[in-house]
Amino acid sequence: MTVMAGFSIRRLVGLLAFGGALAVAGTGLVNAQESQRDPFEGFNRAMFSTNEVLDKYAARPVAQAYDAAVPLPVKASVGNFFGNVGEVWVGANNAMQGKVGDAGTGVARLLINSTVGIFGLFDVASEMGLERYNEDFGQTLAVWGVNDGPYLFFPVIGPRTTRDTAGWAVDTWVDPVSFVSPGSVRVGTSVLRFVDIRAGLLPADKIVEEASLDKYAYIRDAYLQRRRNLIHDGRPPREDY
Amino acid sequence: MAAEAPDAMVKRVSEEVLDIVRQDKDIRNGDTQKIVALVDAKVLPNFNFQRMTSLAVGRDWRGANPAQKNRLAEEFKMLLVRTYSNALTSYSNQRIVFKPFRMKDGETDVLVRSEVIQPGSQPVQIDYWLELADGKWKVYDVVVAGISLVTNYREQFSREVRDGGIDGLIASLAAKNKSLEATASKAARK
Repeated sequence: MTVMAGFSIRRLVGLLAFGGALAVAGTGLVNAQESQRDPFEGFNRAMFSTNEVLDKYAARPVAQAYDAAVPLPVKASVGNFFGNVGEVWVGANNAMQGKVGDAGTGVARLLINSTVGIFGLFDVASEMGLERYNEDFGQTLAVWGVNDGPYLFFPVIGPRTTRDTAGWAVDTWVDPVSFVSPGSVRVGTSVLRFVDIRAGLLPADKIVEEASLDKYAYIRDAYLQRRRNLIHDGRPPREDY
Repeated sequence: MAAEAPDAMVKRVSEEVLDIVRQDKDIRNGDTQKIVALVDAKVLPNFNFQRMTSLAVGRDWRGANPAQKNRLAEEFKMLLVRTYSNALTSYSNQRIVFKPFRMKDGETDVLVRSEVIQPGSQPVQIDYWLELADGKWKVYDVVVAGISLVTNYREQFSREVRDGGIDGLIASLAAKNKSLEATASKAARK
């Protein structure tokens, strides 16, 4: 147990996923045709069904309880806290994508939030008009020219392109929460973040359920569109209609 | 008379709808009839459903006859109205901020960009594609957080057409709408 201290299983898994995913993404499986984006559809659908069961009996009930029990200001603070924890890494990714002004904004936000904002529990910087940029290493890889690669669906983690699996692995590797010690606090923090994210998605559940003819395809295509939008910072080139 | 500018139209309709939702407790509690009436009166006249459906169906649209096209547009409209109406009932104190809008002379196809700000969560980007036809701007796609509500159906629709032709797709949409209808009226009776 002492050997593993400060080196969580999650980070190890992340490292392995990075190596594997980058290798696949690098083989030049381009995202051109619709059917080619999801070559492992059969496998992915099986994973998706597994996840649906896990979500129905574990994640969603917990998130609903959290949502009902915790007052809005506290929920907002939890979300802001995790936003701040990630701010330096967002700044680093902005810098790696050559967006230097934005990199500064990320760090400035952290400073303002952590000092004025009572340990980052209140999102003062948003009130002040410094927009929060959502960046991660998968987007940085995209800007560097790495293709999407095949689409993958993981239980618990959810949808990822192959490239973004690699990116997610690096994000996990540098994630400040993964350095928290002792392990019980680290696990508790990770679970709280997961529940907070899942609770944020509750309003979307019913909409996806009702709007889709095929929930798997609906989520896949929404995910792919969403990533494309983030990579282009909200202004993706227009797709052919 | 010149057409109302596209950004002004989207802004006006959004504000009118939100005003009504803010004042009407029944709507926020999910009163389906009231919501449908509101959407019918305020929202639908500003959408071009034929165009939306053709975009969602993609290249199979050309293979549909006029009667099939009408059925498709009708069923797709019902599905989208339901989705949109649900979103309205989860309204709580959001604010809409419109981004600066520029348009060149003579343009007939534009993007109006907005953001929904809500306490306790990240702003959500909502963009509207509009087209000028017969002197009136109409929305033909809504993009939420980068996800196009219309093109997100392409893969699902083309699979239905591959499996059962255009009529197969119409039947699937109709069945989906019917089951949503049944759930809604069951909820209303409670």
